[in-house]
Amino acid sequence: MASPSERNPDPHRPRVMGLETEYGILLAGGGPLTELQERLDELHPMHLSNAVVRAYGQLVAQRPTGWDYETESPLADQRGFELARSDALAEQLTDVESGLANLVLTNGARLYVDHAHPEYATPEVTTARDAVLWDRAGDQAMVLASRAASEVLGREIRLYRNNTDGKGASYGSHENYLLHRSTPFSRVVVQFTPFLVSRSVVVGAGRVGIGQSSELAGFQLSQRADFFETEVGLETTVNRPIINTRDEPHADARTSRRLHVITGDASSSEYAGWLKVGTAALVLALVEAGTWPDPPRLLDPVRAMHEISHDPTLRATVELDDGRRLSGLDLQQLVLDAVRTHLARAEEDPGAEAAELLTGWQQVLDDLRTDPARCADRLDWVAKQHLLERYRERDGLAWDAPKLALVDLQYADIDPRRSLHAALVARGRMRRLVGEAEVEHARTSPPTDTRAWFRGQCMRRFADQVVAASWDSVIFQLDRERSWIRLPMPDPLRGTRAHVGELFDRAADAGELLALLGS
Amino acid sequence: MSEQTHGSSRRDDEPEDVTPARAQQQSGDVDDLLDEIDSVLESNAEEFVRSFVQKGGQ
Repeated sequence: MASPSERNPDPHRPRVMGLETEYGILLAGGGPLTELQERLDELHPMHLSNAVVRAYGQLVAQRPTGWDYETESPLADQRGFELARSDALAEQLTDVESGLANLVLTNGARLYVDHAHPEYATPEVTTARDAVLWDRAGDQAMVLASRAASEVLGREIRLYRNNTDGKGASYGSHENYLLHRSTPFSRVVVQFTPFLVSRSVVVGAGRVGIGQSSELAGFQLSQRADFFETEVGLETTVNRPIINTRDEPHADARTSRRLHVITGDASSSEYAGWLKVGTAALVLALVEAGTWPDPPRLLDPVRAMHEISHDPTLRATVELDDGRRLSGLDLQQLVLDAVRTHLARAEEDPGAEAAELLTGWQQVLDDLRTDPARCADRLDWVAKQHLLERYRERDGLAWDAPKLALVDLQYADIDPRRSLHAALVARGRMRRLVGEAEVEHARTSPPTDTRAWFRGQCMRRFADQVVAASWDSVIFQLDRERSWIRLPMPDPLRGTRAHVGELFDRAADAGELLALLGS
Repeated sequence: MSEQTHGSSRRDDEPEDVTPARAQQQSGDVDDLLDEIDSVLESNAEEFVRSFVQKGGQ
């Protein structure tokens, strides 16, 4: 384990990552309703979301899990100060127990209600492919949960993997990457921003409507771009920053920082999701190495982010501080070239996935330059735009036609019975990276190579003795007479199957496990 | 290093890739697809889209 004073991060240490998805939620109408069913329209979406999470708990026969807030610090800022609690918006006080359902799942994930949306946060993983796999496992859990909750309420609850209602509201799909604390945050801001600003050309999910409330009719690359208003900041719900400074590592704060990336669109395409996470991790490895001599600096990153997203022809250029004007594709190519140079110079083998990511990323950029339609099998915005254009052609629709907004929305419905993305996949028009059986396995089983394995196994084997858990702790109560025991897990790469698998084999209950861990 | 042109990380048991060439060949049956999607799409687009109102999130 690297010491806090060590300047260079250990290049052999796997990158720990995770995804969070806030789902859009809708109580569908339709059919004759009883008076009681009609009154459900008055239900706050927070409670509707709560019904979904609780339904999943019942489905997997699991009572709600406590959440251990001890090490949460949503107001700590990467820039080194802490916001006074009285200055914070109520929404930022996410560490206050809300009384809403919370489940720590046997796959190490967290399923809960965040603001007015059901949210699934994947267990910690170390590859982009695993991020996609456990993210898809979350969709699968949510499909089951929404069906079960619909059954209970007598009305259909629908969940969407999108990021805006097109009427001014946006909700997130966040990525988390663990960085070494010794990487200066200012370098992250400078070197990661051009990548985030331009990546909608690759991983935008596509959106009908331009402007936060769709003030202009049209199609743009990103669901999320129009909701970003500043370059750097702590907020996630208002005045959203391209680089979020929340400093809550869920790990040893002396050695680690967690970069909380809030700009991304929720990917329906597995390939796009893989590129989204994988390319970001590659760029962060470059940033950590500190060997990028000439990263591009945008004159106005926020404006650039909007302009790139607003031009599906990919020809729009944005200005750099040296006077050059580059397109989103140019910027992505520039970043990719720097990553490639870095990997070629690095002494250690970057691994098979890094090589596949470089090839896949380059292929997508080349295909987008030749003809974006070539990427309809991999990228959400291209697949969605293709569908929309055919509808426009066939039905003579203008961009403000409600049917096009419906296609945009229903593309992201997570239930395969209605999802237009799922329809494209089923017809072999879009690639898959993971198989259904694998996804179903990941819905209940944790990754083996992070502490999520320990957390998941505790929930599978000893849930009755777990009072609460968090990303970096599990709290046990061995029996009613005894006090709680908090087991801290500050290192995300300990508690793996290789580390503690054998102890779980030997332990008949949590007490025996703790005794074995202590011996 | 992957030998596949498109660098996917697919495994042997997964469906075969849809190459760009094949994707273009398929454009002929897009109208069939639209017909099929029409049957899945909500019938009252305007009302449905209007009803999709979210509270803010992160």
